[in-house]
Amino acid sequence: MKSPAQSWSPKPARSWSPKNVWTDQRVETIIGNLLRTGVLLSGAIVLFGGILYLIQYGHVSAHYSGFNANRAELHAVGPVVRQAFHLDSRAIIQLGLLLLIATPVVRVAFSIAAFALERDWLYVWVALIVFAILMFSLFGPAL
Amino acid sequence: MPTLELVLLVWLGSFFAGLLGSLTGLGGGVVIVPLLVLAFGVDIRYAAGASLISVIATSSGAAAAYTKEGYSNIRIGMFLEVATTAGAILGAFLAVRMATNVLGVIFGVVLIVSALLSIREKSEQPGAGRPDSLASRLRMDSVYPTAQGPRSYHVRHVPAGFTMMFGAGAISGLLGIGSGAFKVLALDQVMRVPFKVSTTTSNFMIGVTAAASAGIYLRRGFITPGLAMPVVLGVLLGSVLGTFILVRARTRWLRLIFGLVILALGIEMIYGGFTGKL
Repeated sequence: MKSPAQSWSPKPARSWSPKNVWTDQRVETIIGNLLRTGVLLSGAIVLFGGILYLIQYGHVSAHYSGFNANRAELHAVGPVVRQAFHLDSRAIIQLGLLLLIATPVVRVAFSIAAFALERDWLYVWVALIVFAILMFSLFGPAL
Repeated sequence: MPTLELVLLVWLGSFFAGLLGSLTGLGGGVVIVPLLVLAFGVDIRYAAGASLISVIATSSGAAAAYTKEGYSNIRIGMFLEVATTAGAILGAFLAVRMATNVLGVIFGVVLIVSALLSIREKSEQPGAGRPDSLASRLRMDSVYPTAQGPRSYHVRHVPAGFTMMFGAGAISGLLGIGSGAFKVLALDQVMRVPFKVSTTTSNFMIGVTAAASAGIYLRRGFITPGLAMPVVLGVLLGSVLGTFILVRARTRWLRLIFGLVILALGIEMIYGGFTGKL
């Protein structure tokens, strides 16, 4: 069994043997940078869609007490992507929001891979359960 | 009111919620939902849907900064996420069915508890002594950096912490907040994880938890682009600015003021819920 001191390293490991390259810290740093890029990208998409939305609907009178006009086709992944490619401003915003929701999902997926590289099968299973719950939420029966 | 004006006002409010949430470490979600509900008359479930997305954005965006410090414990986080994501799905399932005024009263109570938690003293008492057998089988014990060099800690009371995390996840899904205050409470008070490790691990868990409930909200139509757009962009910019001007030592009075604001919002939400205005 691994001692805690081995799984923690204050600085990036110098030598590149597979054993210490995939320490928690390194993997976390890579994932962290990836997530930030994902957030910036989705933020940019939301901003682009938002500007388009304000050009199209900015002058229209609005109130936030009811959203019955919210179209049903923007509630699932497939239609959002299709509509966004038709430059529908609301679908573009929704696409950016979907990408944001995807960032933690990607994080869990990377953790599965990282645990597998460390041959920590117990945590491969734990991360797989979390991933399955997220998939159920996004693609399972509508609750 | 024209859409342009409304979007800009919501953006401005979200910006300040994100700024304050990041400066005090309490997160923007606890302010953004009452703001949308009380000031703009938004249905609480649409407000929660928009808030969830902003919670994910700040959690994922801050991940890189947090991991650099070397505190977060990915095994504790991943294991407890089984509980928080399952709880989040239950919370979201209930939220889309519950009467809005009942949700408002629950939200008010949670706000008041959060305010009280925010002013509690942070005691640094990591678990020492003999390792807990379940925690060591789950490889949760680890080391964290201190001024005196790396220090090891032993995690305790895993089943109690797991149960509390299910509750924290349910609150997150029900109200659309990160419920970081409850996650940190379970980690540092129950499981005896050092405070710094608790807060960074909690940040890591918040995004995954919020994503689990966001899926349910999205498919029930409670995530709407016109509202979520200004909320996400505002909270994101506010929290980024917050981390730049953050001086931890001087945030005590800020936390106190923010705590009082949250307390007032909580009372207002409960009042609104009982008088049927929500």
